[in-house]
Amino acid sequence: MTVSPRPAQSRLDPEAVPRRDVLGLLSLWSMASALLVATLGALRLPRAAVLPSPSKTFRVTIPETLPAGEPFVPPGRSVALFRDGEGIHAISIVCTHLGCIIKATAGGFECPCHGSKFASDGAVTGGPAPAPLPWRQVTVNGNAVIVDEETSVPAGTKVQA
Amino acid sequence: MNAGHDALRTFRDNLRQVPGRLAATAFRTGAPRTDRSRSTFVFGNVFLHLHSVRTHRWSLRWATTAGLGIATLAAFFITLITGVLLMFYYKPYPEAAYLSMKDIHFVVPTGRFIRNIHRWAANAMVVTVILHMARAFYTAAYRAPREFNWLIGMALLAVTLGLSFTGYLLPWDQLAYWAITIGANIAQSPREVTDALGITETFDPGGLQRLLLLGSDTVGEEALIRFYLLHVMLLPLVAAALMAVHFWRIRKDGGLAKPADVDRRLAPDAGAHPLFTDAPQKTYHLAAIVRGRSPAVGRGPEHTVPSMPHLFYAELAVFMLTVFVCTALAIVSDAPLKEVANPLVPENPAKAPWYFLGLQELVAFSAFMGGIGIPAVVLIGLGLIPFLDREEAGTGEWFGGPGGWPLVRRAAVLGLAAAVGVEAFIIRFGWLREWFPGIPQLVITAVNPGTVLTAIYAAYSLWLVRRFNSTRAGALGLFTCFLGGFLVLTVVGTYFRGPNWHFFWSPADWPVH
Ligand code: HEM
Ligand code: FES
Repeated sequence: MTVSPRPAQSRLDPEAVPRRDVLGLLSLWSMASALLVATLGALRLPRAAVLPSPSKTFRVTIPETLPAGEPFVPPGRSVALFRDGEGIHAISIVCTHLGCIIKATAGGFECPCHGSKFASDGAVTGGPAPAPLPWRQVTVNGNAVIVDEETSVPAGTKVQA
Repeated sequence: MNAGHDALRTFRDNLRQVPGRLAATAFRTGAPRTDRSRSTFVFGNVFLHLHSVRTHRWSLRWATTAGLGIATLAAFFITLITGVLLMFYYKPYPEAAYLSMKDIHFVVPTGRFIRNIHRWAANAMVVTVILHMARAFYTAAYRAPREFNWLIGMALLAVTLGLSFTGYLLPWDQLAYWAITIGANIAQSPREVTDALGITETFDPGGLQRLLLLGSDTVGEEALIRFYLLHVMLLPLVAAALMAVHFWRIRKDGGLAKPADVDRRLAPDAGAHPLFTDAPQKTYHLAAIVRGRSPAVGRGPEHTVPSMPHLFYAELAVFMLTVFVCTALAIVSDAPLKEVANPLVPENPAKAPWYFLGLQELVAFSAFMGGIGIPAVVLIGLGLIPFLDREEAGTGEWFGGPGGWPLVRRAAVLGLAAAVGVEAFIIRFGWLREWFPGIPQLVITAVNPGTVLTAIYAAYSLWLVRRFNSTRAGALGLFTCFLGGFLVLTVVGTYFRGPNWHFFWSPADWPVH
């Protein structure tokens, strides 16, 4: 095979790069495809396949003395448990605005960060929060209550002891 | 005489000449005393040759640049050096990180001083980079052929803010932890829209962004190591590479922007700097070639002076001034360090670094609009300016272009007043959700103080475009308004917001908690 580049127009124009230079094309395209494949592969790396956080399901005993309608926040958890005549329920206390931990009271919830307010069923009543606080799944097993912080249930779902 | 004696003497002579010969091979062109050796001094040096060998006298006026670009570079160098020193003791692992910061603060010799300088230089860099951008904007220096360098500059702005933000987490104290928690949730805030549309299950860019940033679902050890990597490796490397291109392009774009009639404006050089002390060489010409608008055939470089020493000494002066300011601040004021991070008790109020507090002010209405929507619009607008403003009047002059300084003055008043008005309104009367508790989130995302302010500014700027029949006039107005708005929101967020993000005249009025 002969390589015949187009002749230069003038003394000042460089010769055109020969387009059928097999070795050159091979290196060019192998580099391009290697870069593409490597980049696509590397892009997957930062996305963790398994989240390194502790288990979100935990077992807890609600204190006998907890008055009806008062919140109980198990130590180290971000969910408030309530017990009243209809049963037990759990509401997340992570603000749906920007993730601050909310103060739970009998009458409702208040976020310290930008002042979002929630009713006692988690519905937004003021501030920037875009969504109500989710209710979490509760199962009762004898004396113990098992809470799953990852599974949401429809608001109003209470579980009888 | 025997031969051995000669060889010994030669050996001794060579030994004596080692320092001189070493210097001669390192700096091949001799001392920069003549015009020719001054130019070879510049282009024979891998670092210095990012500069042109001669500098226009217009570019050397303090009023042209105010030294702001070099001050930014100086602050970057200072953070680089102090940052490497801090790395001797810093341990990027949650509790250990906090303890190592305490060690640096209280135990390590000079540790607190180095940390203070690092913190102050980082803040100085943010201030100077914003002022430098404003300088480039107001002198219309973004216009052809400098569009690309303006874009490189915007990338540098983003990297500078990224460096500051990633550094903020490293002390692992309460301030750091909650600022980053809020920041990461802002990254997730596109969910505000996808949730309202009910498509988060299938399309969740917000969740992905947050996951990539934190490497987990909470701010923990994964997040810390990611921020550390970005802060000490990736972002500094990117910044250095972009800076090299930025400076190289200045030279390739023909030096700094100048008014078309610059030669007439400068007083004739009183002969203080002899222009050519020996015959220019061919190589000298090659290195001095720049792109210009009019052919310079037959004209000498009348108003240029050798970069060595005129430009370099000016740069050194700015550099030393920056060092002085950062060191002085580091002596009088300590960088903060609160209690160790506690994921269960938010800092109240939880404040981001000061330059994000303007955004936090907007985020307190709609996380998506304040944190992503409006910043994106601003960045796109800034990026488009050089391509929309193709005019020529006023290049290289402060507030150059139709309207000029009177326009900028009026826009500043309007920008400040509108922002103060909107703030006063929401502090006094609240916003939509306080009046209509059941209102859908999408309405608030679309209509909130941030979008209202943006709409006012945009309307004013469109009116200016028509009034002056010039895109530059509109750009001058819009840029000034946004700068004013940024200032007001930042001041309110910094000084007048307390616990629960309520308004307080002074921190002395904060409730005790
Ligand atoms: C780390 C950040 C940056 C550094 C270290 C830097 C440094 C510099 C320096 C040293 C100059 C020479 C003139 C002067 O000192 O003003 C310059 C010019 C310039 N910079 Fe930057 N810069 C940075 C960021 C930016 C940003 C954010 C923008 C705008 C978006 C920008 C746009 C420009 C333009 C357009 C010029 C040419 C000015 C002219 O021709 O008059 N730079 N920069
Ligand atoms: S994080 Fe709760 S209101 Fe902003």
